[in-house]
Amino acid sequence: MINVQHVTKRYGNATALDDISFSINKGEIVAFLGPNGAGKTTTMRILTGFMPPTLGTVRIAGFDCLESPWEVKKHIGYLPETPPLYLELTVSEYLTFVGRIKRLPDDQLTERMDTIITQTGLADVRGRVIGHLSRGYRQRVGLAQALLHDPPVLILDEPTTGLDPNQIIEIRELIKSLAGSHTIILSTHLLAEATAICQRVIIIHRGRIVAVDTPEQLGAKLRESETLSLTVKQSDPDLLEALHHIPGVIRVSQGATAHTYFLDTQMGRDIREELTQFIVSRKVGLLELKTQPLTLEDAFKVLTQTNTPSAPNISTPGGPH
Amino acid sequence: MTPVHTIVAKELRSAFVSPVVYVIAAIFLAIVGLLAYSAAANASNQAIRLMQIQNTYAQLNLNDMLFRPLFRSINLILMIILPLLTMRLFAEERKLRTFELLLTSPIGVNEIVSGKFMSVIIVYSGLLSLTSLIPITLSAYATFDWRPIYLGYVALFLQGALLISIGLFASALTENQIIAAFLSFGCILGLWMLGALGGIVGDTTIGHILSYLSFSEHYERLIRGLFNLKDILYYVSGIAFMWFAAHQAVDAYRWK
Repeated sequence: MINVQHVTKRYGNATALDDISFSINKGEIVAFLGPNGAGKTTTMRILTGFMPPTLGTVRIAGFDCLESPWEVKKHIGYLPETPPLYLELTVSEYLTFVGRIKRLPDDQLTERMDTIITQTGLADVRGRVIGHLSRGYRQRVGLAQALLHDPPVLILDEPTTGLDPNQIIEIRELIKSLAGSHTIILSTHLLAEATAICQRVIIIHRGRIVAVDTPEQLGAKLRESETLSLTVKQSDPDLLEALHHIPGVIRVSQGATAHTYFLDTQMGRDIREELTQFIVSRKVGLLELKTQPLTLEDAFKVLTQTNTPSAPNISTPGGPH
Repeated sequence: MTPVHTIVAKELRSAFVSPVVYVIAAIFLAIVGLLAYSAAANASNQAIRLMQIQNTYAQLNLNDMLFRPLFRSINLILMIILPLLTMRLFAEERKLRTFELLLTSPIGVNEIVSGKFMSVIIVYSGLLSLTSLIPITLSAYATFDWRPIYLGYVALFLQGALLISIGLFASALTENQIIAAFLSFGCILGLWMLGALGGIVGDTTIGHILSYLSFSEHYERLIRGLFNLKDILYYVSGIAFMWFAAHQAVDAYRWK
């Protein structure tokens, strides 16, 4: 459904996207994950035909973005980072305007508007001026705008930013309910979101694709080490150094308090038993010892920090990794 | 409803919910009315004085004493207020990021630019038609030649449309409305000054070119009641050029 081949985007001398290629099948939900400035928004703007790529080709539903932008635009619903709202219009005036510029025939417009307004939960505010609505409602109006002409491809740039937890769940449910019939790309820097909604994750960093995989496999692939968290009762200034000499420990860091430590251990080597005996023998009072599951967050950090110099073996304070 | 109609309808809706249009209309009509009143009062005073001196019934030429100076003044007022009407056209779309919606919809840049241009033309025509109360009222008390007045309104319409197209272009260059207003004000002032410069350079080729480029001489000829296709052509080509420039500016926004 979406096919991106060797796309490069330069702004003057700065390279925003560097030779990006990926393709997305019909009905898939895919997340773009990356830190701010990684090139997520640029990629989305190129996909929507808002800006042309410097090099490379983009095809959506079989149409080339540069050769037939008209067809591409008809096939896409786009929610930019900032919802594109005319604050002085009411919700229904705004949606009527959007329907018309999306060239929805007038006889379908009313019906589609009713469907979308119900679907996005805007029924209570349809007569109200957008400028008077809360952030959550505005985001929904933005989403309604993208869905209005029932496009097969949806491009959502950070659809849940600025929403409260309940609203986030509602929007996620809405996006999930569109899966199958729609091909959806969304960008996010919330990792839980990618795991919760998406079938595939594309990680972008500094204009390059660092990884493309399912959220679960991505985590597994990057599991080069396991992390243990350890809490003791008494503080011991020498403990940090001592822990580092236990065989199998790669790196030790101190947690938020002087009583908590994080130990990175070699893969496949369970040192919990030795560790327990060691702590007990030092008589500092073992309170807790548990393994930290490697999340997508860790994977993300590992993948996107490859260019930064490696951290010193002993660091204080710091979390896992 | 074609896309252009949709844009025009939306622009008019947006224009009339904001107080800007009402304030500008009120100021414009108040100043024009006041100028017309003082010119008419002055004309009638002079007529009375002439009657006392010559002891005959005298009628002064209202076209000379009232309408032509009034048309000149209206032009000056337009140079200040039209940039205020056009400044939000594109600047606001850029600021609020609604430009992304327009440019990712299946409508052409030409339709967007035309729609925005026409919406301001409509507001301006409405404003202009309200000033027609002045000649209509005066015609009940005095007689004057209507031809320079018809042509004067043609001149006002074309002049306004030219200034609006300049404002349209300026607004497409920035996301700050104030900058857009000053930019179009600057362009208009520059164009006006070209005429003065042409006058200083005098009767040479360069002088003629400078005077031709400025709207002053074309406007002046029309409000004197002289119909010349050259002047109409000046306005039409000027408007077309600025429309094209605005189109290019909008297009360029995506390539940045």
